Amino acid sequence: MRFDAYQTQGFRDEMFDDAGVVRPEARLLLDTIESLEEGQLLQCQRAAERLLLQMGITFNVYGDSAGAERIFPFDLIPRIVRAEEWEWIERGLKQRIHALNEFIHDIYHDQKILKDKIIPEEVVFSATFYRPQCAGINPPRRIWCHITGTDLVRHADGNIYVLEDNLRVPSGVSYVLENRDLMKRTFPQVFEGLRVRPVDDYPSNLLEMLESIAPPGTADKPTVVLLTPGMYNSAYFEHSFLAQQMGIQLVEGRDLAVQDDTVWMRTTKGLRKVDVIYRRIDDDFMDPLAFREDSLLGVPGLLDAYRAGKVALANAPGNGVADDKVVYAYVPDMIRYYMGEDAILYNVPTFLCWRDKDRQHVLENLDKLVVKAANEAGGYGMLVGPHSTVEEQKEFAARINANPRNYIAQPTLALSRVPTVIDDHFEGRHVDLRPYILYGKDIKVLPGGLTRVALRRGSLVVNSSQGGGSKDTWVLAAAVGEGSNA
Amino acid sequence: MPENPPLLSRVADSVYWMARYIERAENVARYIGVNLNLQLDLPMEPNQQWQPLIDTSGDTEEFKKRFGEATQATVIEFLTYDLANTNSIASCLRFARENARSVREAISSEMWTQVNSMYLDMQMQRRVPDPRQLHEILRSIRLGCHLFQGITDATMSHGEAWHFARLGRKLERADKTSRILDVKYFILLPSTRVVGTPYDDIHWAAVLKSVSGFSMYRKKHGRLVPSEIVDFLLMDREFPRSIRFCVHSADESLHAITGSPVGTFMYPSEQVMGLLRAELDFTPVERILAGGLHEYLDSLQEKMNTVDSCILNDFATPVAQSQVAGAHAD
Repeated sequence: MRFDAYQTQGFRDEMFDDAGVVRPEARLLLDTIESLEEGQLLQCQRAAERLLLQMGITFNVYGDSAGAERIFPFDLIPRIVRAEEWEWIERGLKQRIHALNEFIHDIYHDQKILKDKIIPEEVVFSATFYRPQCAGINPPRRIWCHITGTDLVRHADGNIYVLEDNLRVPSGVSYVLENRDLMKRTFPQVFEGLRVRPVDDYPSNLLEMLESIAPPGTADKPTVVLLTPGMYNSAYFEHSFLAQQMGIQLVEGRDLAVQDDTVWMRTTKGLRKVDVIYRRIDDDFMDPLAFREDSLLGVPGLLDAYRAGKVALANAPGNGVADDKVVYAYVPDMIRYYMGEDAILYNVPTFLCWRDKDRQHVLENLDKLVVKAANEAGGYGMLVGPHSTVEEQKEFAARINANPRNYIAQPTLALSRVPTVIDDHFEGRHVDLRPYILYGKDIKVLPGGLTRVALRRGSLVVNSSQGGGSKDTWVLAAAVGEGSNA
Repeated sequence: MPENPPLLSRVADSVYWMARYIERAENVARYIGVNLNLQLDLPMEPNQQWQPLIDTSGDTEEFKKRFGEATQATVIEFLTYDLANTNSIASCLRFARENARSVREAISSEMWTQVNSMYLDMQMQRRVPDPRQLHEILRSIRLGCHLFQGITDATMSHGEAWHFARLGRKLERADKTSRILDVKYFILLPSTRVVGTPYDDIHWAAVLKSVSGFSMYRKKHGRLVPSEIVDFLLMDREFPRSIRFCVHSADESLHAITGSPVGTFMYPSEQVMGLLRAELDFTPVERILAGGLHEYLDSLQEKMNTVDSCILNDFATPVAQSQVAGAHAD
């Protein structure tokens, strides 16, 4: 398969420049792919899909009958990120996470940022994921966002923008690791001559981070577990994968019990104390005594144990206050307020519908903007203006007027594209990028992250539930002379 | 040396059942295969051979209700593909895989891939009427199960979880051997008393082949003598599918789990398993035959069921936790 007929169609492309010339960092990859025998690439692609099914790398689809599993489609053409661009992204992410963590701690303690009128307090207190139950809690090391999966996109102007912070329970990192593994197994020749930064140390870093937040006074080797809602959760594969990679126990709510503010797990030898819980279960379902009382998945008393400092939770409950898309608009202000610096990474300009002037503008431009519910994720509750019908626009106008606080709007970004195998040729498909950031003793960013790709022609929605797939992401290691490629 | 992390009760339960279901699938596949062969050798009504298979599985009532007469086609459907039959090969592979999936982090990834592949293969299987193709399918299921067992032994640490898997496998195997012996002996005994036709040999050979024991029996005993076959399948010290052999290794695993020496007990499960082991060690086969093999096997199965429920009670049921926990919590 060759790239001769490939068209960037006026979109920003990660592999080709606007004149259609391959970017220097992708030259070697292109040569390797074009030197393959006819049909070999498609063979590799099919082999990869077979492996995915065999390894059971699947996700469950909600609304489908229990147990229905699908593979998350994988495309063999990687997305390449230059070393110096990555270095800049990494600095930006670290800065952002640091500020967000300061913000969350502040909100549940002194609320200085509200008192100083940097952010209106009604915005914070009306956020769906603001948890008054968490006020005054002092998590170990003062960390609230241990694992973050920030969504980044590149716009037509060539700049990288932060789309969402995803502080609560970000998923997808297992695909990063498995995609790389899959690439090496099915398509090893493309790595030759390139210095792609490895991602394999993520589980070790994750475990080290989790151990580092054990409550003071814990034994040398804290007992760390991963709490899953169970095997019918859409991300169950990831939960078991990470637990296995870290060598820790994968527990369900029913495996745990709280006595005297201490968390125990039920083992064949009786109850054993648990020190750190990497919980992959939402705040709402974590503890029926503290949050939703109808939750059958959680552990009664867990929040009390956490508040008493007897167990550490990652991520910290309550950190979702900063996932609110209205709060998001204030992140550059947070960075300035807590750190005295300008934000390195751009925020997408955001109209807040609770402001009369903004709302007016949004309602007049529904056909051009992307409207999002402030607390939804996964591509739900969203209007993509240019792709919407008048009917849908009317419906969103009504929703906005009924609950202005819950809606924001942003200009429609022309997400950059990467060549993708479609049938027997390459076509450009829009991508985003979700790097994973760990916050323990220090802040570590996994080089690369999950490149999600909207496989439907023209689609901008990359979510797995809506026809998205993924690609391997190659962050190149800095090498002598590479700077000239910029 | 760092202490082994404790095993979750839920994980112990799932690993135990994962192994049991794989073993069950293998046994069902084997005795359908043997029956297909047997049918080629015997000059009788083609369908006469199939009812005993249903009896062996212990699902006679359910089968009758849903399928009526036992023919080759209905029995193969019921035992191989039928997902409404919880003991069919397809169901066993599905349950084995569900259990494995719920403990993926506790088993090796090779084990998971193997059980998942078998499940996917089975899902893609279409009903084949052609016995030759069916043979091939059954053979690949049997080999797949052996492979799973080999992978388990070669890639999973032989710690507590592995012992639970072994416990499940051995108890299932003992149970299956006892059922095959029970059903076949019940049917065959009258005819062997009457006359020693060549068909008796074929039948008895089929019993042995149903537990892969034909050549091992030949090596040890030579001629096919019913009482010696019973002795071999019940009491042999070295044949890995004899009931005694299975109970011995199950007992070893149980004690490896509890940490108490073989021959002593701390848990009810160890006590009932010890009694069973002693019985198999010290009861002469002549006495069993004199008292009636069927009655003996019946009581044996009951005892194995008690062992099974005691194990689940001792280690896997949250209710029992508080009692056991008392000893450890402080």
